[in-house]
Amino acid sequence: MSTSVTPAAEFHQHALALAAAQSAALAQQDNSPAWMTTLREQGAADFARTAWPGRKTEQWKYTSLQAFQDFVAADWGAAPEVGSEVVTDAPSGADTDTDAVGNTVLSLDATRLVFVDGVLDMLASDALPAGVTLFSQADADADKIIADHLGKIAGGVDASRRNLFAMLNNAWTCDGLLLHVPRGVTLERPLYIAHVSSAGAGQPAALATVANHRVLIVMEEGSGAQVIEHFVGSGAGQPAFVNALTEIQLGNNAQLHHTRLNMEDEALSHVGAVHLNLHRDSRFHGFTIAEGSRLKRIDYQMNHCGRGADLKLDGVYLARHRQLVDYHTTIEHRVPHCTSQEVFRGIIGDRAKAVFNGRIHIHKDAQKTLAELNNRNLLTSNAAEVDTKPELEIYADDVRCAHGATISQLDETALYYLQSRGISPSQARVMLSFGFINELLQGLPHEAIRTALGTHLAALFAADRALVSDVGYSDQQAIDSESV
Amino acid sequence: MLQINKLNAQVEDKQILHDLSLNIKAGEVHAIMGPNGSGKSTLGNVLTGRDGYDVLSGDITFNGKNLLEMGIEERAREGMFLAFQYPVEIPGVSNMEFLKAAVDARRKHQGLEELSSFDFMKLARDTSKQVSLDPSFLKRGVNEGFSGGEKKRNEIMQMMLLEPSLCILDETDSGLDIDALQVVASGVNAMRSSDRSFIVVTHYQRLLDFIVPDYVHVLAGGKIVKSGDKELAKELEAKGYGWLESEVA
Repeated sequence: MSTSVTPAAEFHQHALALAAAQSAALAQQDNSPAWMTTLREQGAADFARTAWPGRKTEQWKYTSLQAFQDFVAADWGAAPEVGSEVVTDAPSGADTDTDAVGNTVLSLDATRLVFVDGVLDMLASDALPAGVTLFSQADADADKIIADHLGKIAGGVDASRRNLFAMLNNAWTCDGLLLHVPRGVTLERPLYIAHVSSAGAGQPAALATVANHRVLIVMEEGSGAQVIEHFVGSGAGQPAFVNALTEIQLGNNAQLHHTRLNMEDEALSHVGAVHLNLHRDSRFHGFTIAEGSRLKRIDYQMNHCGRGADLKLDGVYLARHRQLVDYHTTIEHRVPHCTSQEVFRGIIGDRAKAVFNGRIHIHKDAQKTLAELNNRNLLTSNAAEVDTKPELEIYADDVRCAHGATISQLDETALYYLQSRGISPSQARVMLSFGFINELLQGLPHEAIRTALGTHLAALFAADRALVSDVGYSDQQAIDSESV
Repeated sequence: MLQINKLNAQVEDKQILHDLSLNIKAGEVHAIMGPNGSGKSTLGNVLTGRDGYDVLSGDITFNGKNLLEMGIEERAREGMFLAFQYPVEIPGVSNMEFLKAAVDARRKHQGLEELSSFDFMKLARDTSKQVSLDPSFLKRGVNEGFSGGEKKRNEIMQMMLLEPSLCILDETDSGLDIDALQVVASGVNAMRSSDRSFIVVTHYQRLLDFIVPDYVHVLAGGKIVKSGDKELAKELEAKGYGWLESEVA
């Protein structure tokens, strides 16, 4: 480890110290399984020897990790006890305020599990349904499934591309959630997992919250499920750091609809990833949305492992103020006859920044691949920034691969059209901005989520200075410099 | 209703309209014909106030008010309606949401209450049937994936819902087959009344067989070179525009 005390080095030290403290606590318990010790030790070792990403690290070229300064300065609390069940005021109670998807657990027709800072909140949650278990309460069968898959799906990434924060997640794993759907079974109710960050609520200001989330979904042959992961901030405004890793194994002909909503507020930094293996004829339909905060970095690593697998991923990101959202997606087409279709749209305003990097890697045996990637960005201010990069590596000769990326402002002709019908310029801009992403929202299978997101986003756009200003959309830079 | 007095206007530093004057009284239908590039579409865009269409001199009075001082949306709320030659596709914004926002804005300006969603839905469905547009089009994105004829019928539907006092049809007949043309024309004819005026901009005389104008004006080189009654349109159809241009020159 470096001897100069840079924030990065300090973060490294803090992170490893926390892992060591957790390990000591775990060692005092009899039930800590062998796989966990291995995973943690390996994670800590990998993390210790991996350099902190800088501007020259390709994967982090456009995203600064400055936000980690906060966690260096703050005191990190001790690790939560393994398997403990907190009894808190339900993070928001059972009531749902659909105007504030960002800090409210939703009421859906689904089995609801609420985790607060990584720990299951029994009061706010339904009973664990069949097939769902905490790592810490796993029986022998579940333990074997975890041992067989945990860390293996995320660990399958090329050494040069492995994510520092996935290593850290391994090093910090004390518990997690397993969803195992047996062969031929389709879950009747969707599984809704709310990950709430208390963000230091009720704690001294200097204490930053660090939460490590881990979810493992193992779908056996011919099974089906719908899973919604919702990341919720507390609105407390304290810095918090969330590292959330989801691993998904789709067996032959299994299908999963997976929704990941990242709506945490400004003060929260989120580094998360979804790692997915698709086996023969399996189908994955994903939707993800991220509202900006001081740092949000979300990776999707998707691997086609068996012929005929089909993947569709829709994504939306919204960044305002000085927020940052960064999506990196990778699709590995390793075998023939698979499809992938990715559509991401972002709206970036004020002085915010978004990064989208979509990589498609078609290996030489992956003939008859059909891959599409489309990324469109709407800038609502002259000071907003987006870095978008489709990255194609194709080694097979009989494939269809299409990609496109655009960056634009609101369409002047469409604005004129709406105004010529009596609609005010500000309302027209809000309608067009919402319309830009509404197409993707319409693809969501859950009416309640569509409605909640729709209401929330409409309010968000209506509160956007740049959109509703009468000064004029193109004069936004002037407004920005005045307000700074 | 509308008085245009010695209007000079330019688009991107190029003057298109030259000393154009036109007086339209309530209840009248004026056809404006002319060759491509004569300034027909420019006139419509200047009247609605589109950005980039600059008035150099002259004045326009609409319902007794100075039109040139009004913004695009104010003109619409005051009762001006332009049926676009090329209606714009807006994916993600539903036709219903768009129509309701437009009708609400107009009603609010008139001091009327907004219609409830239920009442508006019923009104929109009934109106869509009048222009032979399946009500399912109301749920789709604005003009998204509509055929040419469907887009034009959607324009006429908007016109019916907004009940404007001045309707400008910008080459609404272009590209329409005879069935669609009849739908459009009967929609327009159903709206003719003593307190509503029309400017029908067209390249072809055919439309005027269905929407019979009170006056026909020929626009060439950015000015009105000849005015007459509906017989002028037939003369133009027979002779083309060439004889007029040479007559003017």
